[in-house]
Amino acid sequence: MKTLMNKILIVTALFFFAVACEDKLEPVDPNNTGDAVALANDKNVKTTLIGAYDALSAGAFYGGNTFRNSEILAANSEIVFSGTFNDVADIYRKEMITLNADVAALWTNAYRTINVANNVLSAINVVNPADRDQVEGEALFLRGISYFELIKFFAQPYSAGNVSTNLGVPLMLTEDRNSVALVSRSTVQEVYTQIVADLTSAETKLASGPRSGKATKEAAAAFLSRVYLQMADYANARDAANRVITSGNYSMRPTYSSCFNTSTTSEDVFNIPVSTVDGVNNMQTFFAPTASGGRGDVEIQAAHLAQYEAGDDRLAFFFLDPGTGETRSGKWVNQFGNVKVIRLAEMYLTRAECNQRLGSAIGSTPAADINNIIRDRANLSPLGVVTLADILRERRLELAHEGERLHDAKRLQESIVEGATVFPYNSDKLVFPIPQRDINVNPNLTQNSGYN
Amino acid sequence: MKKILLLCFSLAFVASVWAQERVVSGKVTSQEDGSPIPGVNVIVKGSTSGTASDVNGNYSIRVQDNNAVLAFSFIGFANLEVSVGARTTVDVQMAPDITQLSEVVVTGYGTQIKQELTGNIAKVSGDAIQNVPVTTFEQAIQGRAAGVLVTSQNGKLGQGMNIRIRGSSSISASNEPLYVIDGMIVNADNFSSNDASTNALADINFNDIQSIEILKDASASALYGSRGANGVVLITTKRGKAGKTNFSANFQFGSSKPTRNRDFLNSEQYVELMRESAYNNDLRDGFDPINNPADYPGSWLEFWEGYMDYLGGDTDWRTLETDTDWEKEAYQKANITSFDLTASGGNEKTTFAFSGGYTNQDGILIGNSFKRVSGRLNLDHKATDKLSFQANIAISKSMNNRLSSDNAFSTPLQLVAQAPITPVRDQQGNLYDDALNPAMSYYPATVELENSNFLVSVFRNIVSLGATYKLTDDLRVIGEYGFDLLTQNDDRYQNEFTQTGRAVGGYGQSRWVQAFNYTARAMLAYDKTFNQHSLSVIGGTELQEKSIDITDAQGQGFPLAELKKLTSAAEPVFVTSTLTEEAFLSFFARANYKFKDRYLLGVSGRTDASSKFGPDYKYGFFPAASAGWILTQEDFLAGKSTVSFLKFRASYGFTGNAGIPNYRYLAQYSGVAYGGESGLVPSQIPNPELRWEKTGQFDIGFDFGFFNDRLTGEIDYYNKQTTDLLLNTPVPSTSGFTTQFRNVGSLENKGFELVLNYSILKNADWSISIGGNYATNENKILSLNGDETRIGPTGSRFLNAVIVGQPIGSFYGREYAGANPANGDALFFLNRTPTQTEIDNGVAFIVPNGVYGDRYVTRTFNSAESIVLGNPTPTGIYGFNANVSYKGIELSVLFQGVTGNKVFDGAGSFMSANGRYEDNSTVDQLRRWQNPGDITDIPQARLYANNGAQSSSRFLYDGSYLRLKTLTVAYNIPGAIASKLALTSARIYVTGQNLLTFTNYRGWDPEVNTDFNASNVNLGNDFYAAPQPKNLTVGLKVGF
Repeated sequence: MKTLMNKILIVTALFFFAVACEDKLEPVDPNNTGDAVALANDKNVKTTLIGAYDALSAGAFYGGNTFRNSEILAANSEIVFSGTFNDVADIYRKEMITLNADVAALWTNAYRTINVANNVLSAINVVNPADRDQVEGEALFLRGISYFELIKFFAQPYSAGNVSTNLGVPLMLTEDRNSVALVSRSTVQEVYTQIVADLTSAETKLASGPRSGKATKEAAAAFLSRVYLQMADYANARDAANRVITSGNYSMRPTYSSCFNTSTTSEDVFNIPVSTVDGVNNMQTFFAPTASGGRGDVEIQAAHLAQYEAGDDRLAFFFLDPGTGETRSGKWVNQFGNVKVIRLAEMYLTRAECNQRLGSAIGSTPAADINNIIRDRANLSPLGVVTLADILRERRLELAHEGERLHDAKRLQESIVEGATVFPYNSDKLVFPIPQRDINVNPNLTQNSGYN
Repeated sequence: MKKILLLCFSLAFVASVWAQERVVSGKVTSQEDGSPIPGVNVIVKGSTSGTASDVNGNYSIRVQDNNAVLAFSFIGFANLEVSVGARTTVDVQMAPDITQLSEVVVTGYGTQIKQELTGNIAKVSGDAIQNVPVTTFEQAIQGRAAGVLVTSQNGKLGQGMNIRIRGSSSISASNEPLYVIDGMIVNADNFSSNDASTNALADINFNDIQSIEILKDASASALYGSRGANGVVLITTKRGKAGKTNFSANFQFGSSKPTRNRDFLNSEQYVELMRESAYNNDLRDGFDPINNPADYPGSWLEFWEGYMDYLGGDTDWRTLETDTDWEKEAYQKANITSFDLTASGGNEKTTFAFSGGYTNQDGILIGNSFKRVSGRLNLDHKATDKLSFQANIAISKSMNNRLSSDNAFSTPLQLVAQAPITPVRDQQGNLYDDALNPAMSYYPATVELENSNFLVSVFRNIVSLGATYKLTDDLRVIGEYGFDLLTQNDDRYQNEFTQTGRAVGGYGQSRWVQAFNYTARAMLAYDKTFNQHSLSVIGGTELQEKSIDITDAQGQGFPLAELKKLTSAAEPVFVTSTLTEEAFLSFFARANYKFKDRYLLGVSGRTDASSKFGPDYKYGFFPAASAGWILTQEDFLAGKSTVSFLKFRASYGFTGNAGIPNYRYLAQYSGVAYGGESGLVPSQIPNPELRWEKTGQFDIGFDFGFFNDRLTGEIDYYNKQTTDLLLNTPVPSTSGFTTQFRNVGSLENKGFELVLNYSILKNADWSISIGGNYATNENKILSLNGDETRIGPTGSRFLNAVIVGQPIGSFYGREYAGANPANGDALFFLNRTPTQTEIDNGVAFIVPNGVYGDRYVTRTFNSAESIVLGNPTPTGIYGFNANVSYKGIELSVLFQGVTGNKVFDGAGSFMSANGRYEDNSTVDQLRRWQNPGDITDIPQARLYANNGAQSSSRFLYDGSYLRLKTLTVAYNIPGAIASKLALTSARIYVTGQNLLTFTNYRGWDPEVNTDFNASNVNLGNDFYAAPQPKNLTVGLKVGF
């Protein structure tokens, strides 16, 4: 009897022991929170908006690689990529395979940014009415410029025509947030239409700058000018660039060299902040010599340097690597300098090009923009007659190694020449493959031609 | 002798006189202690009559005549046959059977005699792994247990290991077994601060181990339910015995070398290949700088010769002034030192075992070492007849001087990429590098290791406490509590001369990890033997909780290279802390039933609840059943010496896997920072239906002993079906995410296992025995998410993929064909039917003269179809050993090997790529194509061009190997001499590890899985991975 009592006592004790432990099974993650909290109120939605900027600033995206990809894909024998990252080397040689990790990282980081922006847009109604336009404008801006990078790399350029049949990229919009749906690619035209809509709406809703590292009315206009240039809509490109210039919120730096390796300057219309504690500058990683903490992978060739006139400050800005003796770009030396995305100088170049093409003089004359703003700052004497070729040459030199080269070559239908090999502007090899991982997962995605 | 024979004859004669039917009775006692043995089978040989001894060991049986022979058998004792003769009372003493069949085997939550097991448990005795000169016990059991695949990632000390018991049962969840020390689940996680994993089990001094039991089938492991799917490794440490206190001390010294060196180009060969590589570029561009000097300026050749001026440092490559063997620079003289001291003893009430250990090993790579100081105290105390206590306390500190991962320039073996024309140091004695004293393309490990430290210290307390109270003679209640507290510090400093530190004035890191893991358990155990029935039942409940708290701080800008702590850093640049917690709540029960010593039945069940799963899916139930039949206890086989033991057993049961990170079912938004502001980003899609991954396993086997158990063994077939895989399923990245944990897909593992042990000779002077094990494993992915047939490869460098119908991690990629005899282009087999356009445009073609058969090849990598190229996991693993002793001299050898797998050398793209980069090349690259008509597998050398360097079957090799794993020669000094030295025993020994390796693999070591990339799927890859060390030590062990 006594043993039976003992048994009962023990079994009962075991039972209570177990029950007492039940709550251990419902953990609270101390490191993360759920969407019920993240999108619950004004403050949290704004915090998630900062998250969208963070996604944009990833090294694989606006943190530098998207600009690096543009420069090395359009190397044109003017730069050599000698690094050992095989995926990057494959981009440089235009021999990407569908497993290229850098290509996949651009795709996934762009859609990640788009998704965070869509999260913010989906909760826009909980934002204080007074701030709603600004928050919505910033989210639309981030989504628009993310699609713009995607369409430039993963589809034939607008300049190749057939925009209503050529495949663009899938469009994920506000209602698609966090959706794992198996989407298809929209056409190039549909994607450009969405980008223009997002950036136009953003420009309307956003407050004026300057604002370091953030979307502003002028940053939206500046991106619009790039988008319209790709579409060869020169009037709209000109007007958008002119709106940035005439806003009066930005000014040219007195010297060329002072534009770079810094935090935000008066000339920066949009950039990505980098500090010792946060952010990454991957242009620096690949362009800077090893002594500055870079990889020293990109070497500037004589074929590029030969395009400068003597006495050009922009030529003098190149330097010899103290280690290997190669020529390096001076623009990307500071590991903790911001990633410069759009400088005011580009707006002058765009306005000049479009005015020249359209025979107009909105804002100023092409000659004045080129001679007084661009060449003068580079310590060059004015040109007598300014031609379209002159403007395009100034653009190429002023914006060298800042990430615009591929996109300019494509819209201008210029071939990329590497040694004895010519890649026409619309070559399949200048278009990234859709990442294999997404092809595997999503049967509705069509691979780009030229990739197996 | 004659007298005895005569006596026998006369007895037989006398007996036959009054031969008649009668009852014989007697008592069966144990030879060991004289105690009565109940339940002994007694049969009259050649008849059907039999009985069993009663609780006092008494029996009585009817015999026909004086010629009757009685056969006595009982598990754990040697079979005995006695002629009755004229006696009516036949008392016998049975000798304990010392063969391994009667060994006690530790099972989950209890022990069993091996003969009575109905599950498959491999046992490795602590003696077998004593003083093996390795840092962690998994390395010591390699080749000793059937179906247990042990793979080191590389030859760095303290690195992660890969253990697979009967194959990989999961794709995304853990494939590592559960480790249990003296009943307590211990941390086996990876707490590394870089992308190469560490091994938490290296903190255990394996000289303390009494035995290691590996639970392989479901009936054995199901009692660990939730976490048993990958098998369970039970480690039991040594305990004291009552009696006088025994002391022992062990001293061991030795050294390590790489198992193999690889051949790289010397200076002359390097200059030849690389100049040719640059010159080929010129010829292809239409210039000839050698025959037409006007073409030299601006040529590739000029560029390259100029670059070699740089690479030569202050020496002249033209005169081949420098010829550095960079591989040699990666290695160091490596010493091994080890001391152990043990004491054990006690009285009837209290026993103890104490040990202290110190081991200090240098790695073969410069800068790598592992040191461990450990102590253990195991106590047993009987308070009353009913109440007893047990306490096991182990503490240790290990200090691992770690290296960068295999993927970093700063890992020593990446030095082989440096040019042989580059001197290690300039004439002033300063090291060359790529930036500050530049003469290199890549940052060298020589600079890293002179200017940095990376010390990982782990403080470990593993404690278990238990109390047992006998409620009745048959029923015990057991309470146990134990914890494993792991505290790790990563102290890293890279001064202003290192790659990391040079642009920021030095870089420092201090990272602390605290992992606390406890188990509390309450259990009832019931054992009862009545008549011919024997029942053993346990039931209980268990709570396990684990928390991991990590704080990491990094700073830069140090005033002096000597000031290495973060207090001196000008700027903190990275600070983080994280906490994760998990809990398991379990109820379990098991019953083992035995009837007539021959029919065995086991059933068990466990319900586990885990914090890792969705609210409605936390609970999982894992039942198992098993049965055994000892045929040699049946009359038709009993007493035969040819077949001395034969048991048939079968089991089926379910186990689970919850080996995924915490909180995977929840929606997550994570904190981030942008421009100094804090932000939130969605980081995980929720899956509230996330639940257990389940494995059903069937096992059928025989345990046997032939020739009076001189030959013993086991043969098993198993079939494991895993469903509801916890698959980190790729989702379209248009969602903003790349993966989500879902329960989709299934896979299977099937195989045979054979264990044989043969005692060839055993007498007073000689003992010779051999043994071996062989196991096959066929792993196959049965399904993935929906119609999906393939996941991966996930990048362009490595080829592992998960493909339906193939083993996990199969290599998938293009098939390399060789060099085009016409022009030296690398060619790939098309592996599909080309379109007419491809043939017309020359994309697809057939090389004439049947050089590559009649198969279509292409020079366009992207045009070639990817195919399955091979399996990274061995399909056959084996080990065999021999032990010979003559008087005091002992020799033991263990060979171990694998078959059926391939190894992919990811570094081939750099070191075997026909002069592509500045990297030095393996000597086989001299076989490159040079002239039209050359038929070779190495394409034409072209500087910076990718002529066949893509990841393909070109760098895939047979990974089979056979290795002389351990060899020990020992001499035991005769007791008489030892006692003169006031010793009870003395043993001098020489032990070697990895002394010989036979393989066709052309890299360093076929036992490899490069550390930074290793995962469930990424298997069998080499990437500058150090070979295993070849160790040779001498030791002295004394008892006093």
